[in-house]
Amino acid sequence: MTTQALSPEASHDWRHRIGLDRIDKRYLAPILVTLVLITGQVSFGFLESWSRTFLAISTSIAVELLLGRLFGGTWPHLASAYISGISVGMLVRSPEFWPFALCSALSITSKYVLRMDGRHLWNPSNLGIVAMLVLASDTVAPLSVQWGNNLLPMVVVWFFWTFIIHALGRFHITLTYVASFLAFSALRSAVTGHPFLAEVAPITGPMYQLYIFFMITDPKTSVHPKWAQVLVAFLVAAVEAILRLFEFVHAPYYALFLVGPAANFVEIVLARRARTRAAPRPAAA
Amino acid sequence: MKRYARLLLAVVFVGLLATPFLMRHLRNRAPADADADPLKQYGFRLTESAKAAGLDFRHEAPTLDPKLAHIMPQVASMGAAVAVVDFDADGYPDLYLTNSKEGSKNRLYRNRGDGTFEDVAQRLGVADLNHPETGVSMGSVWGDYDNDGFEDLLLYRWGRPELLHNDAGQGFTPATEAAGLPPWANVNAAVWLDYDRDGRLDFFLGGYYSERVNLWKLTDTKMMPESFEYARNGGRKYLFRNRGGGRFEEVSERAGLVSRRWTLAAVAADLRGSGYPDLFIANDYGVSELFVNEGGKFREVGKETGVGYAPKSGMNASVGDVLNQGRFALYVSNISEEGILLQGNNLWVPTATESGLPKYENLATAMGVALGGWSFGAQFGDLNNDGFLDLYVANGYVSASKEESYWYDYSKIAGGHEVVISDARNWPPMGTRSLGGYQQKKVWINDGAGRFFDVAPVVGVTDRFDGRSLALADFAGRGVVDVVVANQRGPLLLYRNEVAPGRDYIAFDLEGGCRSEAVPTGCSNRSAIGAQVAVHWNGQQQVQEVSGGSGFCAQNQRRLHFGLGSAALVDKVTIRWPSGKMTELARPETNRVHKLKEPV
Repeated sequence: MTTQALSPEASHDWRHRIGLDRIDKRYLAPILVTLVLITGQVSFGFLESWSRTFLAISTSIAVELLLGRLFGGTWPHLASAYISGISVGMLVRSPEFWPFALCSALSITSKYVLRMDGRHLWNPSNLGIVAMLVLASDTVAPLSVQWGNNLLPMVVVWFFWTFIIHALGRFHITLTYVASFLAFSALRSAVTGHPFLAEVAPITGPMYQLYIFFMITDPKTSVHPKWAQVLVAFLVAAVEAILRLFEFVHAPYYALFLVGPAANFVEIVLARRARTRAAPRPAAA
Repeated sequence: MKRYARLLLAVVFVGLLATPFLMRHLRNRAPADADADPLKQYGFRLTESAKAAGLDFRHEAPTLDPKLAHIMPQVASMGAAVAVVDFDADGYPDLYLTNSKEGSKNRLYRNRGDGTFEDVAQRLGVADLNHPETGVSMGSVWGDYDNDGFEDLLLYRWGRPELLHNDAGQGFTPATEAAGLPPWANVNAAVWLDYDRDGRLDFFLGGYYSERVNLWKLTDTKMMPESFEYARNGGRKYLFRNRGGGRFEEVSERAGLVSRRWTLAAVAADLRGSGYPDLFIANDYGVSELFVNEGGKFREVGKETGVGYAPKSGMNASVGDVLNQGRFALYVSNISEEGILLQGNNLWVPTATESGLPKYENLATAMGVALGGWSFGAQFGDLNNDGFLDLYVANGYVSASKEESYWYDYSKIAGGHEVVISDARNWPPMGTRSLGGYQQKKVWINDGAGRFFDVAPVVGVTDRFDGRSLALADFAGRGVVDVVVANQRGPLLLYRNEVAPGRDYIAFDLEGGCRSEAVPTGCSNRSAIGAQVAVHWNGQQQVQEVSGGSGFCAQNQRRLHFGLGSAALVDKVTIRWPSGKMTELARPETNRVHKLKEPV
């Protein structure tokens, strides 16, 4: 997950009236996720521990400062690193401390290593978490706790996050994914014979709320045209459905890990070709 | 220049990816050497010898309402339980085993004193206790509720709990009606305790499924937990106060013991030095609860003390002075499956006291006892008589197909909302799939410096049954602690212990001063449940307490056994009786059992 910028087409009068357009939009997501973190921990104790989450955030920020200065020449804005760190702190479960630091370090470093034409291909925290789930499965598991027993926390989360994501002009991605997930749930239920509600159950948990609002909507690691964003969201859900049929417990993380960079790669290659075609041809001798 | 920097960064990135392998390598440098002689290296060896001892028990699971057929293996996944009791007061610990299949028989194995056992359950009337009309056994705890010198049987079931009076070791008389026990309660935890210190044993029952649920006659399928972490739709709790004459009154609400969490284990011990037994409850699908006993009234202080924050799947409650500091740590088992769910077991160690309450920190990871698998019963005991309490943990949930796992299905439903998870109809069918099956047990030995190391395979514990309840006892009076393990849908295992020569011990058989023929005044219950013994030797001390049930559906021997290490000289032993009286022994003899009666 990284921070998002308000798209020009998403600016409307109501945002001006409530002062939203006067806020640096890069701070919206960090503020919101911080509120979720504090509320979730105080109400339901859903963190592994405060200290582990703090370790994840501080590592993320430290690595970003170091690499941003080294490779960008200036001190980087830290909102993105903060969100990556907080995501790791919330989504990673481990009785040890080191996986939190390592996952954050991997997430941020990947942004500077796995690049193409100035863009990083993978969503940083998605890459970090997948790496930990694959390479350190004996020590790491993903977030599994819920937000209480009733729908109220979900409704509150959906309300505020929908508001923010809509303001950031990314809600179509979330909506496409959710609709696709529900459709594929019905399909999986028909294929496996398992109850439809059992297939839908995962999306009612908090991990998915973070995933659908902040991870798959990350503007820095998603394609640019709106129709392509909708297509990619659908493809992520489709690949996840296939992985689920093969009983991959971490299907959503793996699906984004596979589809996200592939889509970015295609877009970058097409942009390259377009640039090549548009470039003036050298004059004939 | 920048190009080289990027190249260097790529190398660093690869190094980061390799870090988990390095950490695994470092972690696996455990001291367990598979080829080592365990007697020489760890000071003990365990040999499975149930059949040789005449213990041929095999647990069978019940078949519940057909509406649960699709998930039967995981619903009918408890009931194998063991309690150690000297029911005939001949000085040798006997065994009571519960079975759970409809029509199956419980066993009461009498210890012949020569290392072998005989089943006397049928003859004494405590075998045929599993029927759909009354429910099937989940476990038992024994306590002398009428102070007549013979331990009575409290049998708890998914069904009707039973109290059976022990008639001088010659038979048992039903005492359920007079005691006023509830007609139906799905109980998975029970302990005897004298919560009001009146010299008569009371008892606690902890419900798992709601008492409104009859698992053989379901009215609907909405009987599952409403949440994987925050469920409060489980069974109610009961506290039966002993009024004497075989009569009890249910006082849970009056005493402040109110909860509807899904209780799987409980242990009573004086955690604050108040003289009153506190009650720690491990709950499945939620946080643990600690009820401190303030002069006979309970107050839940889980959050204040630190044990009631992170919700897990509590399945065990046992206490042990793991650091020889004279204070009890609490051990709670949970679920850990690589890459899927890493709750980690909890070792709550008291680190401070604030406003009269102990503050606990979970030191399970730091001390090396966090990752046990799908853990159930656990008990502390000094297995190698080195002076430090070790930890034996039984693992494994449902072992069926070795090729197919239910973990994916389980992870799908476990994260679901209340309306999904609470209805058994929504749970994916289990078929023959395993869930946390075929797991290696943990025998963690305490190095005395704050770390535990797993030596299970090396010392002889290699079974992969679905371990549930386990208890420790010195079955042959050899001055060593043996281990008995009840396995779900599996055989009973008896691990006989052999300790290396030159390691000393001291043990205590305590008897409280109250007698059945007199109204108790200023005396302790005859079972001495709640008595604390502190042994001081070689500049250290260790405290143990006589328990009325601990672990998961289990009860250890009444005797308190202290390992002492080599060439030990005990400076003094202090006994604090439940009545508050104190007894002190100066320089007691080691390598023997001291039989002590509460002074009149």
